[in-house]
Amino acid sequence: MHLVLFLIFGGLCVAGALNLLLQRHPINSALSLIVVMTSLAVLYLLLGAEFLAAAQVIVYSGAIMVLFTFVIMLLNAGKEERTHGSKAAYIVGFPGAAALLGILTYIFLKQSDHLGSAKLGGYLVTTSDLSRVLFRDLLLPFEVTSVLILVAILGAVALARREH
Amino acid sequence: MEVSIWIFLLLSVLKVAVVTVITLMAVAYTVLLERKLVGRIQNRWGPSRVGPFGMWQPMADGLKLFLKEDLMPTNVYKPLYILAPLIALTCALISISVVPFGKEIYYKGVDLFQIADLNIGLLVILGITSIGVYGIALAGWSSNNKYSLMGALRGSAQLISYELALGLSLVGVVMRAGSLRLRDIVNIQATHGLLSWNVFGGLQFVAFFIYLMAAYAETNRAPFDLPEAESELTAGYHTEYSSMKFAMFFMAEYANMITVSCVATLLFFGGWSSPFGDLLPAWGGPVVQALLPVFWFVLKVFFFLFLYIWVRGTLPRFRYDQLMRFGWKFLLPLAIANIIATSLWLAFRAA
Repeated sequence: MHLVLFLIFGGLCVAGALNLLLQRHPINSALSLIVVMTSLAVLYLLLGAEFLAAAQVIVYSGAIMVLFTFVIMLLNAGKEERTHGSKAAYIVGFPGAAALLGILTYIFLKQSDHLGSAKLGGYLVTTSDLSRVLFRDLLLPFEVTSVLILVAILGAVALARREH
Repeated sequence: MEVSIWIFLLLSVLKVAVVTVITLMAVAYTVLLERKLVGRIQNRWGPSRVGPFGMWQPMADGLKLFLKEDLMPTNVYKPLYILAPLIALTCALISISVVPFGKEIYYKGVDLFQIADLNIGLLVILGITSIGVYGIALAGWSSNNKYSLMGALRGSAQLISYELALGLSLVGVVMRAGSLRLRDIVNIQATHGLLSWNVFGGLQFVAFFIYLMAAYAETNRAPFDLPEAESELTAGYHTEYSSMKFAMFFMAEYANMITVSCVATLLFFGGWSSPFGDLLPAWGGPVVQALLPVFWFVLKVFFFLFLYIWVRGTLPRFRYDQLMRFGWKFLLPLAIANIIATSLWLAFRAA
């Protein structure tokens, strides 16, 4: 059951990501990105991270991607022209990406003993477990991160502010 | 208890079908209720010709919408134009699946009064609502019409703004229950009848007020119906839609109203619990005892739907800047203050 769901949503995730790159209309790409993010939420759920899954849907698919589509709609961005792109990207890009993927796979497989493993659907982190970790054990890093985000917001406001 | 997977599957499918049909019927009759009530508020009768008291009016309307010609305007972006009403209606209907209607009663391992009992039920509802924005946004954009686009932009901006206040207003309730599971939230309110409901005994009336305002804005209902303000935008985001596609938006709006009323009932008014607590004697057999909570639940939801329509018949529409100021400068700080006050109170009580 879990495996079937994993295959469906993993496949959907990859298909969405490919579609995101191949589509020429920005709004289609944005919608594919929503599919990717929502399928990722299901994958998190399969790994037992229920709060993360809900947050992924609410924050990423709900709020951030609405902003994306909002901007695309507001600017009325048209279809992209298909360009040939630089040759360097073809020559270096594909082997580079393949090499990076290879290295990552190699390292993960080699270090799999140290990394530990999670079974599909076998491990459930409830919201109270998560909040205990976030607000007790890791309180300082959590608060510092939120201050960091606040600083980023202030920076954006300062940049966007009209000079008098 | 070992139950065959097929019986479980069959019963679950049956449950889903029954709940969907009931929801759709409720949607149809909420429309009738609205037309009748708004009619009375405006000193006229409302629909009264089709059947006794106009009872068959929703059926006639449904049939009419089915039979109407499905127009496809020339310059729309077809895939999204067709997808948008589907997204709107699906999201509106899915969220009802986590709502518990009555006490936890199992028949062959299947919970009779709830489709899915999730640990994060409340978050699931919020998540699905936030996905529902795409229905409105894409409808407006793909219609290739100024009014539609304006309606869609207003609609999505309004949804994003009020979603924050709405989410924050629920934090107090969640803190009190210590769980995001809707059944837990109701159970903590079911101890002393009326007095233990979150809105009274839980001291969450400020949160309830914020939730109600934000929810009205989220469902695009008067006085926050700017996305479809007919005096400015023809019909807003669904201007270009006809026939069943229009009906889907219409149904989505009313299904969302019902969901919001259900959530308000569950979180603030004790869900299916009786207002008299244990004061009433337990009369009748087990079947009556099982159905009585459902009666209370439906009664409370009906009250909220009535309130919705009453507000619509009473209040004029907000101006757009007023809407944004109200959401960001009044509701949001109030919601945060409520969270702080509730957490201080809970900490004080725990100490």
